[in-house]
Amino acid sequence: MRVTLWGTRGSLASAGSDTVRYGGNTSCVSVEGGEGILLVLDAGTGIRCLGQAASPDLKQVHILLTHLHMDHLQGLPFFAPLHRKGVEVHLWGPASTTLSLRARLLRYISPPLFPVSIRELLPDLHFHELPFGTIEMGEFRVTAQLIIHPNPTVGYRIQGHRTALAYLPDHEPALGARKFPYIAEWTSGYALAEGVDLLIHDSQYTDAEYQERVGFGHSSVRQALQFAVLAEVKHFVPFHHDPSHSDATLDQLIGRTVDEIQPRFQVTPGIEGLELDL
Amino acid sequence: MPQWEIEIILARHLAENLALPMFIVDPDGNLIFYNEPAEVVLGLRYNETGTMPAQEWTTIFHPMDPEGQPLEPEELPLMIATMKRHPAHRSFWIHGLDEAMRQIEVTAFPLVAQAGRFLGAIAIFWEVPK
Repeated sequence: MRVTLWGTRGSLASAGSDTVRYGGNTSCVSVEGGEGILLVLDAGTGIRCLGQAASPDLKQVHILLTHLHMDHLQGLPFFAPLHRKGVEVHLWGPASTTLSLRARLLRYISPPLFPVSIRELLPDLHFHELPFGTIEMGEFRVTAQLIIHPNPTVGYRIQGHRTALAYLPDHEPALGARKFPYIAEWTSGYALAEGVDLLIHDSQYTDAEYQERVGFGHSSVRQALQFAVLAEVKHFVPFHHDPSHSDATLDQLIGRTVDEIQPRFQVTPGIEGLELDL
Repeated sequence: MPQWEIEIILARHLAENLALPMFIVDPDGNLIFYNEPAEVVLGLRYNETGTMPAQEWTTIFHPMDPEGQPLEPEELPLMIATMKRHPAHRSFWIHGLDEAMRQIEVTAFPLVAQAGRFLGAIAIFWEVPK
C-alpha cells in the first residue's frame, strides 16, 4: 500500500512563502495498492495535483469524502481523471437524514457558487452514500464510522492485504470530555485507529488555540498524539494544519509535543508530497 | 476492543456536563453510563460499578407507584423507551440506597440514529420537591 499526501492543510488553502514546505493545499491523500485501483481520501485542493500525476492506465477511482466542508471538496471539479474517457469514478460520502449526497454536493458545485453544475460537469460520476459497516474496494476493505466533527463526518480505516491505514483528518475526540483521553471504548474514532500501521489525524491547533476553539471539530497536536498513544498505532502523521501556522511554527509545535509525550511509535509531520509505503 | 457508537459517546459527554441525573442504556436495557448527579440518587459511583444489567438496575431502587405497589421493570419509562422505542414519562417513588424514599419524575426517549439504527435510550430524572 502506497500512501501519498497531496494536501495537508486544514480549513483554507494557504499558499505562501512561509508554507512552502508543509504545503498550502487542503486535504487529499491517495492510497494505491497492486491491483490498479486508486483510493482518494477527500477532494481538497490537493486533488488537482494528484489528478495530473495519475497514471494514464487508470481505470477505477474511489473518492472517499469524510464530510462536505469546503476544504475537503473544493478540488473535486479539477480532478483530471473525472474528465477522461474510460475512467470509472465512484464518489462516496456520509449520508444525511434529509438530502442525498448528490443534492448536497449540488449546493456547492452549481451556480452561483461554481460556474458549472455538477450535472453538466461530471455526468458519469457515480454517487454512493456510505453504508454502516465495511465495503470491499478491490484489494481494500474500507470501514467508515461517524466521528466527532460538526455535520455528519466519518473517519476511514483502510485494510490492505497486510497493513492498515486510518484517516481522521477532522476530529475532536476531546469534545466535552472532562479528561482526555478516555478509556478506549468511550473515545470517538478509537475502533478505526486501533493498532493501525499508519494514522493520519487532525492536529490543527496549539493547546492555547484549542481552548479558544472548543467545538470547532478539531484537535490540538497534543490531543492527536494522545489519541494515537491510546490507539497503539505504529506510525503517526499529524495532518490538517491550521492555515495560520507557518513551516517554522509547525516544526516547533510538532517537535516540542513529541519531545514531551515521547511516543514509542514513529511520528512523521504531514508534509505535502510525502510518500509512505506500508 | 469494541467502541460505543458516536451518538452514545456524545450522549455521555452531554450527561457529564449536566446537573440533572441521567441514565444511558444500550439496546438491551443494560445501564452503560450514569452521571454524577445520578450517582447521588443511586448511592453508587459509576467508576465502581461500571455497566449494570437491566435486571439489576430496574430493581435496585424498589420502584413503587403512589399506592406503594411495586413497579415491574417494563413499567419504568426507560425500559418502555428501550422496548417500545417511544418516549415515556412517569412519576413514581424509589427507595434510594441511602435509605431515603424519594418521589421522582422520569422522562425517557429512545436513541434512534441515522439509517434507523437503534442504539439504546436515555432517561433524565429529577426529584419532586416535598
